[in-house]
Amino acid sequence: MSPRRIPAATDAVERRETPLTITVDGEPVDGIEGQSIAGVLLASGRRAWRTGRSGAPRGVFCGIGACFDCLVTVGPERDVRACRRRARDGDEVRTQARGEER
Amino acid sequence: MTRHVVVVGAGPAGLAAADAALGAGARVTLVDEAEQPGGQYHRMLPEAYAAARPERLHHGWRAFDARRRRVLAHPRCVWWSETAVWALERPDPAEPGPPRVHVLRGPSDGGGRDRHVLHPDALVLAVGAHDRVLPFPGWELPGVFTAGAAQALAKGERVVVGDQVVVAGSGPFLLPVAASLIEAGSRVREVLEASTPATLARGWGRRPWELAAQAGKAAELAEYSALLARHRVPYRTGRTVIEARGDGCVEEVVTARLRADWSVVQGSERTVAVDAVCVSHGFSPQLELPLAAGCALRATPAGEFVEVDGDQRTTCPDVYAAGEITGIAGAPAARVEGALAGWLAAGGDRNTVAVRRLRSSRDQGRAFAARLARAHPIGAGWSGWLRPETVVCRCEETDYATVCRAATDESTSAPRAAKLATRAGLGPCQARMCGPTVAEIGARLRGPGVDSRDIAGLPAPGDDDHTIAGLPPASEHRRPIARPIRLGDLAATPETTATTPETTATSPSNSLTEESSS
Ligand SMILES: Cc1cc2nc3c(=O)[nH]c(=O)nc-3n(C[C@H](O)[C@H](O)[C@H](O)COP(=O)(O)OP(=O)(O)OC[C@H]3O[C@@H](n4cnc5c(N)ncnc54)[C@H](O)[C@@H]3O)c2cc1C
Ligand code: FES
Repeated sequence: MSPRRIPAATDAVERRETPLTITVDGEPVDGIEGQSIAGVLLASGRRAWRTGRSGAPRGVFCGIGACFDCLVTVGPERDVRACRRRARDGDEVRTQARGEER
Repeated sequence: MTRHVVVVGAGPAGLAAADAALGAGARVTLVDEAEQPGGQYHRMLPEAYAAARPERLHHGWRAFDARRRRVLAHPRCVWWSETAVWALERPDPAEPGPPRVHVLRGPSDGGGRDRHVLHPDALVLAVGAHDRVLPFPGWELPGVFTAGAAQALAKGERVVVGDQVVVAGSGPFLLPVAASLIEAGSRVREVLEASTPATLARGWGRRPWELAAQAGKAAELAEYSALLARHRVPYRTGRTVIEARGDGCVEEVVTARLRADWSVVQGSERTVAVDAVCVSHGFSPQLELPLAAGCALRATPAGEFVEVDGDQRTTCPDVYAAGEITGIAGAPAARVEGALAGWLAAGGDRNTVAVRRLRSSRDQGRAFAARLARAHPIGAGWSGWLRPETVVCRCEETDYATVCRAATDESTSAPRAAKLATRAGLGPCQARMCGPTVAEIGARLRGPGVDSRDIAGLPAPGDDDHTIAGLPPASEHRRPIARPIRLGDLAATPETTATTPETTATSPSNSLTEESSS
């Protein structure tokens, strides 16, 4: 159990949670409204969801859209930065491998 | 005629610029890729979180919140959230003026976003910076984050990156990051500042009155230090993470004591079990838009920044720059620069008492930036952490040995040839991560005598060896497309937008004051 979301009940900012579900390679993953896709994936315990040219795993590195390590496919769109894209209920996310590009 | 000022970036600098420009009577279009204003410093929680106490994560929330509401509700302000500036088009020499601003409106990296072109009378660039991270063996493992990523996730989504975390690198930014992790319930094993005590004292100890002028910042830092002490988190200087290890994700880090030049003291290595590590060795300004506008850069010991004059004017007519793209000095300094830039871009009076006060406050901010750079210089010995097979370019997985080979081989030592030979910098991030590192390694290996201005990316006039006819000089920051655009959208015809918020009565404004911390 590593990356995780602070539970709303103990969160100092006193927030609300509206659940959502996305699928990742067909598998359902729960998150909450407002999270980025990267946030949903991290909070579900996934730290890697892409592979580099050599096949090495990658996930979030910069968290703000600069490094492009976190790319995923959302619906029909490849190369979406997961840290910059808000998750929507029902999003179909697929992981990507750098090796298969081009 | 009311001037139309376009402000790119709604962080501390951009929001202050918009506020001041509105105060001076201009029409303002404020654009940011994010859904909410605030930038990196006042990163807001998503609206869906409906947080009752957002101020608990922020310094100076009240002043920020008031400014945000004032700007966004202003009748002469158009706020375009989720709007990425992907290109600036320089004006036709026959019709001089600031560049046209090409924007895409809609979810990041989405297809079918709306394309618009803005025609400002003046442009304020306030696009900020991202973490700079030096490579070390294992830095590409999942679980290694930039300090900014940990901060963005904790502050912006309430997600913590791990339970057992080491925070390492250089600069005061490590402290708020550690504080956020503690607040979020992680166990921070230690905070490691690579600068040695002597370097820190030399940087911060001289001319303490300059620090006093940044009182807001000093109080904030004191608060973080107290928090670390309360949670018994060791803050060690002259030590850093030199390796991350793990099978598929980080499981432990190797830390080591450093000399003043950041070379490793052999035998001082220690292993710490972690499930995440957060690293930052300073910040890299996001220079693609200033370069696209044609702004000159200024080389400093802390790297290159946009050159501005005493009025925050760049070398391009009617283009102003503010915040971390002109130097790294934190949010208060970014706000002051923004206020000055916005006011003057709007055609405000240059000689009022308020403007004079802003200028002197801006000068204090610059002095603070200089001290920051002096206290936290990147030591040249860091490359001793690298092994031949250490990844330097994360995207292309170019290793250190390959970068060294290209830099020392005559046929590939020029920056463009080196890129093609090693692929470093040609991947999706377009050298945002590895650019400064590859430039530094190259410059060192080629040795003195070679014009390092070109290597560092500055124009090298008359330096024909390194310039290809018809192409601008090579620069790690030059990216004709500043943000990704899908080919279909590129082919679509943009809508040209005059963005005319109704020029209603000018409301009196006290916006040309510094936002005070509360
Ligand atoms: C990830 C991260 C987290 C940070 N957190 C803290 C912190 O908690 N405490 C602290 O003291 N300092 C923090 N800093 C340091 C911080 O950069 C400054 O203190 C301050 O936010 C700088 O203000 P700014 O207005 O210059 O830039 P920023 O706050 O970075 O604002 C720049 C804005 O421009 C927008 N932008 C950039 N490019 C484009 C484009 N092409 N099109 C449209 N919009 C664009 C961005 O979305 C952003 O909102 C952080 C830095 C980083 C990188
Ligand atoms: S983590 Fe760097 S782009 Fe998303």
